[in-house]
Amino acid sequence: MEKVSTICPYCGCGCGLYLHVENGLITGVSPSAHHPVNHGSLCVKGWNSHEFVQHPDRLKYPLVRKDGILQKSSWEDALDLIASRLSGTREKYGPDAIGILSSAKCTNEENFVMMKFARAVIGTNNIDHCARL
Amino acid sequence: MAGLASAFGSGAMTNSISEIADARVIFVVGSNTTEQHPMIAMHMLEAVDRGATLIVADPRKTQIAAFAHTHLRQRSGTDVALLNGIMNVIIGEGLVDINFVRRRTENFDEFEKVVKRCTPEVAEKITGVAASDIQRVARIYATEKRSMLFYSMGITQHVTGVDNVRSCANLVMLTAHIGQPMTGLNPLRGQNNVQGACDMGALPDVYSGYQKVADAGARKKFESAWRRKLPSAPGMTMIDMFDSAREGKLKAMYIVGENPVMSDPDTSHVVEAIRKLDFLVVQDIFMSETAELADVILPAVTFAEKDGTFTNTERRVQKVRRAVRPMYGAMPDWKIISELSKKMGYEMGYRAAHEIMEEAALLTPVYGGILHHRLDAFGLQWPCPDADHPGTSFMHRKKFAKGLGTFNPIEFTPPEETTDMAYPFILTTGRLYFRYHTATMCGRTATLEREEPECFVEINPKDAGRIGIRSGNSVKAVSRRGEIVVKAFVTDRTPEGIVFIPFHFREAAVNLITSPAVDPVAKIPEFKVCAINLVPVIPKPGERPKNHYNRKEDLKILNELYEEPEVPS
Repeated sequence: MEKVSTICPYCGCGCGLYLHVENGLITGVSPSAHHPVNHGSLCVKGWNSHEFVQHPDRLKYPLVRKDGILQKSSWEDALDLIASRLSGTREKYGPDAIGILSSAKCTNEENFVMMKFARAVIGTNNIDHCARL
Repeated sequence: MAGLASAFGSGAMTNSISEIADARVIFVVGSNTTEQHPMIAMHMLEAVDRGATLIVADPRKTQIAAFAHTHLRQRSGTDVALLNGIMNVIIGEGLVDINFVRRRTENFDEFEKVVKRCTPEVAEKITGVAASDIQRVARIYATEKRSMLFYSMGITQHVTGVDNVRSCANLVMLTAHIGQPMTGLNPLRGQNNVQGACDMGALPDVYSGYQKVADAGARKKFESAWRRKLPSAPGMTMIDMFDSAREGKLKAMYIVGENPVMSDPDTSHVVEAIRKLDFLVVQDIFMSETAELADVILPAVTFAEKDGTFTNTERRVQKVRRAVRPMYGAMPDWKIISELSKKMGYEMGYRAAHEIMEEAALLTPVYGGILHHRLDAFGLQWPCPDADHPGTSFMHRKKFAKGLGTFNPIEFTPPEETTDMAYPFILTTGRLYFRYHTATMCGRTATLEREEPECFVEINPKDAGRIGIRSGNSVKAVSRRGEIVVKAFVTDRTPEGIVFIPFHFREAAVNLITSPAVDPVAKIPEFKVCAINLVPVIPKPGERPKNHYNRKEDLKILNELYEEPEVPS
């Protein structure tokens, strides 16, 4: 079994924990003993933070709405469609007709890329996330 | 964060979690710490064991309030009056740190004029907290050297949210409880990386590190790094975006890892806004109420399947490591966005997460020394300006980020919605220990789901007696915007006249009835105060509570589409 050191995905405490990995699957969680926030403890959410990762409800492939119904699609087609629709909207109504919501669940790197995408690629400052909720 | 920024020049927890256990006074305003930040509460209770005094101000008798030496139960939405009352005592009894106020702050005289009017007796009338309690708390907080002040959504989710935060900032400056260990003003952030999302500039008015888009110098720096002309006017906040979509001005939205249909106030308006959009992309790990309305849904990965960093509430940037391969056909968000950018004619060219952080560090002074290879132990706390800097455990040591700290004179203003004959109860919303936000994650964790399977409304025994309901009865909560049916839970945790409903539940989405009023500066919705009425429901035999959310057939179709999960080897 392998133990991978990472950070809990739930609240802003940022507790250190280890994910236990066996044969490519996560089997459990244990707290980091010397972490400055949690000192070897975890709350109930932390102890169970791996469960949702392998839930069968996970989205498995891109879905595109055709004739009002969401249908399975390839990454290539889905991204092509998004690129053309966003470019089209920008040309027709200007970049400020597009809004982007990033996420407090995503990493710093991803938020940085989202901000760069909004500002440099789309050309709008309409970017926000759910900090206020 | 706007409130903190206007007082100190930077919006984040000023001190560190590891200092809590050594504090002498812990003053918690509007935070349900033991349930929402259990590991921070653990440090607080350790401090109490070592002899610290715990003061909690919250209308509800939360778990942390049950541990408190003094529990101030102010009326919902009267925090400014309570804090002004406390500061009035501090000024009146000469407990102000005059030296600090003179050297480090500005605008004290204007502020003093306003606070002078709010005597403990005036504050008692507004807040319902006894003047003697206000005096006692003021003395304890001001006279101890190591006093830490904490706040959370109980302070910010009001129309006066920014005022509330500024009042807290006034209090710490008045007593010089800042710029030293075991002091400070400490907002507890709700979501794992909400601090990081703000730090990285996922906000309409700033780039990463709170560099203003309106500032020509900052803009030029980003323009030359990204080789693109960048817009100078601040953009729209989330609430503005939905308003603009409803008016038909905003045409397309790209939503990553969020579920505004559930989390935003006045749900039906959000759904209406989304239906007006020409094009909606949702990128998430699970189907959500928002994703059901999308034109394209992209599968993203969870924290366990990607590398990167999260920044916790004490500004600690920590490494998240990939433990398993991406499940099914999902991709990390940063990869999806770089692929999409390429298709739109802009090559980002990132090969790994650490390359993104290198770019962010170059462009962001407070993250200047935050590089992945330095984070291996327990991360680093920003500000960390260069690669040799050890990080900062407490801020504003010699001077505030903006130079002098500013006192903001704040008058008490009542909440947007008040009770009347038709809507006699104040509804306040919040969270539960076993649940997390809109339950997309914890709702799929069997161990958590079984603990609190149903939504409820907490109601005081006296109120319950008056309208004739008992614990377990169904009751209809009606506001000016909508209604939901929930189970009653009769308890003296909530005071008379106030009821509490958690917002995690899809079957009884409390945001169908919450007020859309927002703070004029920070645009935080007033989730903590809205006027409602409660009506007992007598169900017909066999009838189940109606699903009020106008859900499409999409989910059914989707479930059919799903194959059995292939377990990656």
